[in-house]
Amino acid sequence: MRGITKRYPGVVANDNITLDVRPGEIHALLGENGAGKSTLMNVLYGLAVPDEGEILLDGSPIRISGPTDAIDRGISMVHQHFMLIPVLTVAENIILGDETVRGAGFLDLNQARTKIQELAARFGFDIDPDAKVETLSVGQQQRVEILKALYRDTRILVLDEPTAVLTPQETEEIFLLLRRLAESGRSIIFISHKLYEVLEIADRITVIRRGKVVGERLPDKTSEKDLAELMVGREVELTANRGESSPGAVSLEVKGLHVKDDRGHEVVKNVSLEVRAGEILGIAGVAGNGQDELVQAIVGLRKATGGSVTLKGKDITGLSPRKLHELEVAYVPADRHRFGLILSFSVQDNLVLNRYMNAPFSRGGVRNDSACEAEAKDCISEYDIRTPSANVNAGTLSGGNQQKLVVAREFDRDLQLLVLDQPTRGLDVGSIEFIHGQAIAKRNSGTAILLVSAELDEVLELSDRIAVMFRGELVAERDGRTADKNEIGLLMATGGRAAAQGDEPFVDIDDPA
Amino acid sequence: MTDLPVIGVIIQLFQFLIDQLPFISDAAVAASIPIALAALAGVVSERSGVVNIGLEGMMLTAAFVAWITGVVAVGMLGPSQPTAVFGITLPLLIALGVAMLSGMVMAGLHAWLSISLRADQIISGVIINIAAIGLTGYLYTIISKNSPTGAGGFDSLDVPAAISGIPVIGWLINAIFDQGPIAIGAIILIIIVQVLLFRTRWGLRTRSVGEHPRAAETMGIDVIRLRYRNVILSGAIAALGGAYLSIELTTSFQAGMTAGRGFIGLAAMIVGRWSPLGAFGAALLFASSGAVGRAITFAAPENQLGDLLNSIPPQFYDALPYIVTIVVLAGIVGRSIPPAADGQPYERESAT
Amino acid sequence: MGDRVRTFGDQVYSAMALPLLAIGLALIVGAIVIIATSALEPGAEIDFTLPFRAYGALFEGSLGSPNGRVSTLVQTAPLILAGLGIGLAFKAGLFNIGAQGQFLLGATAAIAAGVAVEGSGPFVAIPVAIAAGMVVGAIWGFIPGFLKAFSGAHEVVTTIMLNFIALALMSWLISGPLRLPRSPQPVTPTVEDAALPIMIGRDGHVGILIAFIAVPIIWFLLYRLTLGFEIRAVGANPEASRYAGMKPKRLVTLTMSLAGMLAGLAGTLNVLGINHQMNATFTTTVGFDAITVALLGRSHPVGIMLAALLFGMMRAGAGLMQIQAGVPAELVDLLQAVILLFLVASPVLRRVFRLRGVKSGLGTTDTMARTYGNEAIR
Repeated sequence: MRGITKRYPGVVANDNITLDVRPGEIHALLGENGAGKSTLMNVLYGLAVPDEGEILLDGSPIRISGPTDAIDRGISMVHQHFMLIPVLTVAENIILGDETVRGAGFLDLNQARTKIQELAARFGFDIDPDAKVETLSVGQQQRVEILKALYRDTRILVLDEPTAVLTPQETEEIFLLLRRLAESGRSIIFISHKLYEVLEIADRITVIRRGKVVGERLPDKTSEKDLAELMVGREVELTANRGESSPGAVSLEVKGLHVKDDRGHEVVKNVSLEVRAGEILGIAGVAGNGQDELVQAIVGLRKATGGSVTLKGKDITGLSPRKLHELEVAYVPADRHRFGLILSFSVQDNLVLNRYMNAPFSRGGVRNDSACEAEAKDCISEYDIRTPSANVNAGTLSGGNQQKLVVAREFDRDLQLLVLDQPTRGLDVGSIEFIHGQAIAKRNSGTAILLVSAELDEVLELSDRIAVMFRGELVAERDGRTADKNEIGLLMATGGRAAAQGDEPFVDIDDPA
Repeated sequence: MTDLPVIGVIIQLFQFLIDQLPFISDAAVAASIPIALAALAGVVSERSGVVNIGLEGMMLTAAFVAWITGVVAVGMLGPSQPTAVFGITLPLLIALGVAMLSGMVMAGLHAWLSISLRADQIISGVIINIAAIGLTGYLYTIISKNSPTGAGGFDSLDVPAAISGIPVIGWLINAIFDQGPIAIGAIILIIIVQVLLFRTRWGLRTRSVGEHPRAAETMGIDVIRLRYRNVILSGAIAALGGAYLSIELTTSFQAGMTAGRGFIGLAAMIVGRWSPLGAFGAALLFASSGAVGRAITFAAPENQLGDLLNSIPPQFYDALPYIVTIVVLAGIVGRSIPPAADGQPYERESAT
Repeated sequence: MGDRVRTFGDQVYSAMALPLLAIGLALIVGAIVIIATSALEPGAEIDFTLPFRAYGALFEGSLGSPNGRVSTLVQTAPLILAGLGIGLAFKAGLFNIGAQGQFLLGATAAIAAGVAVEGSGPFVAIPVAIAAGMVVGAIWGFIPGFLKAFSGAHEVVTTIMLNFIALALMSWLISGPLRLPRSPQPVTPTVEDAALPIMIGRDGHVGILIAFIAVPIIWFLLYRLTLGFEIRAVGANPEASRYAGMKPKRLVTLTMSLAGMLAGLAGTLNVLGINHQMNATFTTTVGFDAITVALLGRSHPVGIMLAALLFGMMRAGAGLMQIQAGVPAELVDLLQAVILLFLVASPVLRRVFRLRGVKSGLGTTDTMARTYGNEAIR
């Protein structure tokens, strides 16, 4: 790729980027969220049209005007958010777009099944072509994505943040698979913002920042610190300075909680936990092990079917979000677009979204705009929300500023309990630092904090204590400062007892290595 | 009334329904056809991710166009001898063809608004409906001053009395085959689409685009084109249902003659879980409530049950299909999951 | 000061440019249709002057005479009320196509109540009849709202079904329990005490005033009250509203009931102001006109009032247009569809006419299609 430039209204996502990838090479593309990695890959895959620049394959320029062109040239992509259709089977997902048909367009699934099983066997894993994708674990789904590429005889495989949702063990497995693919002569572009991963897997590393290539490194001639500074453009603290915590009395106490999901399955089973004032309890777990439902039950968005939740000795089980708000409980939801903000409302209205009915923001059911405006002014300066004014729609802000908006709304008062669900997902380093700093400040002022994150790094970085959630149960607890990452990862993947109990493996660990 | 033996009345009710089964099943199938076609049109469109509230309007337009084309064709070609089976004439065939074309044009408009302009699909559909009411109402008012002669309608198959007389099985055969060509064609079409949707490349691509268009696009599928094609096909199918009303079930057009069938079809589609056969089943259910009502008003039995049924106002039976639709829909909808991308406009270029 | 005036002017331009353009273009399309269909009359030829005569008659019948102007107001009043109801529902992400049924049953209930309290004097009869119409309209809005909130049945389908059920119910009530004894046709008795006083002209009843007063009330509700904030929040993002402590199910049900109440009030005032009785085949174009009114007015109370005046004019003048120019009154339906079409196609209009700084969109929310056929709102 030579001199690629891509502009969007207001930003230059890619500024004259040149990237070369050799056969049999694992080439890492390192950069922060929003640095332009995904845009560059979308250009390569034909999902975005570059304003300038050209793409060369084997020395000759090619035009890629859509995914079809890319696939025809042997370029495949595994997106960060899997491009799989949950209600279809593995085989249907794989053949989609490249179907073998007989007669009047009837699908030949038998041939597909055979080919899929052959491919899987050749690269050392096992998959049921007739399983519905929605029943597979995240790790298995990723293999389906890779099989999609192999089925089309890919030469260049792009993986966008492939490890974001995996446990360390699953990450190891996928790395093994990637090395085998590289050995077979395929080129792999590995996109990530995780330094240690890049150092582990890549043959070469290209770093981009704000749409520009800022350096190229070989893994054995660089360090995490060097890469981090290259990536962010300044010196960064690799871990948040969490300081000493001084936990007080037990604030939140959950006892024997049971919760069902939307389909009526019990996904939280007999969970008990305590969070003290001035302490951060982190819950680690692979996404979909009941964390969402646990959090929803605590913050009043879902009915618990059994057990109790108490706050400072007061029973708060089943109280509405509004009642909990009055009891100084705050909650930063995982998906700010869906749950945290109303994007078509102004910054100001979003800042009072959960207290618009209280004085001074309204009196006797009539709203008071000037009070909301004053509050907005305070929050914008205190939480460093970059916005032209308090009256623009929240949807016009950048992701980091949107999340700061949510944080400002939830943090800007005295709190007994703060529940953080994936508080920094998809944010740039600056925003992450800021939000982590705010959370630690809250802890130091005596708030009990429950942190849920699928990013194990984040849990390790912030938590005073770590609990591991597996299939709806808390299976282990470790001290936050001394916890071993690999051990936590193994607990996340297996619950520490799956093998012993002979359950069907949730994450298949049948790698033949 | 107080000494009415309840059990006796229930026995009488069953007896009455069994006596009337030949009539009820025949009328139910006939009444279910436009609903089932609307539902099928809905399935084809919504499986690809486009909500089609405009079905009612597409049907109404097609009903009008079929009738007026018949009028014009008869005027130009003169009367012709209908075939022995189905009573097919050239003007009727032309009418059917032009009607389907009109449905496709209306659907094309819906596709343009909702796919290319990414308008709210519900609003776009309602505009189609209002346009259909306005257009057909305006033209019909002008044209009906001339009291023109139409092309008549298709005939039903005559099932031999030897078969239709056989209890239950014969009645059911009669119910299905004592219909015109559009109705029988519709039943065949429903089965064909059922197979196509789950067994072919078109079906796989349609379902994938309705569930996760971005995923489909990354596999090289042209989401926009597929949606256009399906929506326009949906218009043709809905038009078949409209034409059925004005050149098969009856032989002329009346203002607003679709009477909510497009919407009942949507309900049937939801109850039938977005599958053609399921939707047909639901359409039969909705239609049979009307057929039972008609059986009661025309031929109420002369016993206590008859007295009871006659004491219920006829308007209740008019409203029955709509009531049944609401009740079934409210009972089932939470458990019937639509295609994940249904109703969401698709933007081609990635936003990052 | 001058700066603020210009800003206000900009705002008006930004809000009105597209709707006015859509109306203008629709009138041109209407003229083309009139010319094209002028030859369909028995023994007629294509008549290029017909649109001028038709639109002339439309104008004369609505604004050209004192009677016409009163008639415009009479036609406008129910459109304002039903339009406000539909607009309010739009703000909550709901599409109330059931204004027709709510209107008819509200009117029927008002007459029934008026007949029941006949003889008690207007000071009792009028409030009682109006309250009855509003309550029944609210019930007819409550049903689809409740079903949407608690079972997920989409309101577009259920309100259409309820329109047909309302028609059957009205027909039964008027030919049965409410029928004027010994009358050859199924009609209700004529209410006298509950009849609304006339303010201006032949039939310019007090209901017109009530309709116009409702405009600032609904504006205040939507933009000044916390309830309005909640309604708009639920419409824009029901999940985030729930997370912020609001109760989307209740709000959806409540908003739909309010919408039904307003449409019921529209029917009530219409029948108490003009007909004073109902027959079994009573019908109206208000239910569907009001959808266009709400969309054209971008769901904003002031916009709805202006759009209602436009369609009030058209409905008032359509009769004279049919008599003088022989153009069917259904032309108004056609014009509606074309106006809406141009509004929805506003991105194209903006490109073609190079409009800058004008608002597009219809003031609805994008959640309608998204919650379609989906699970119940939490």
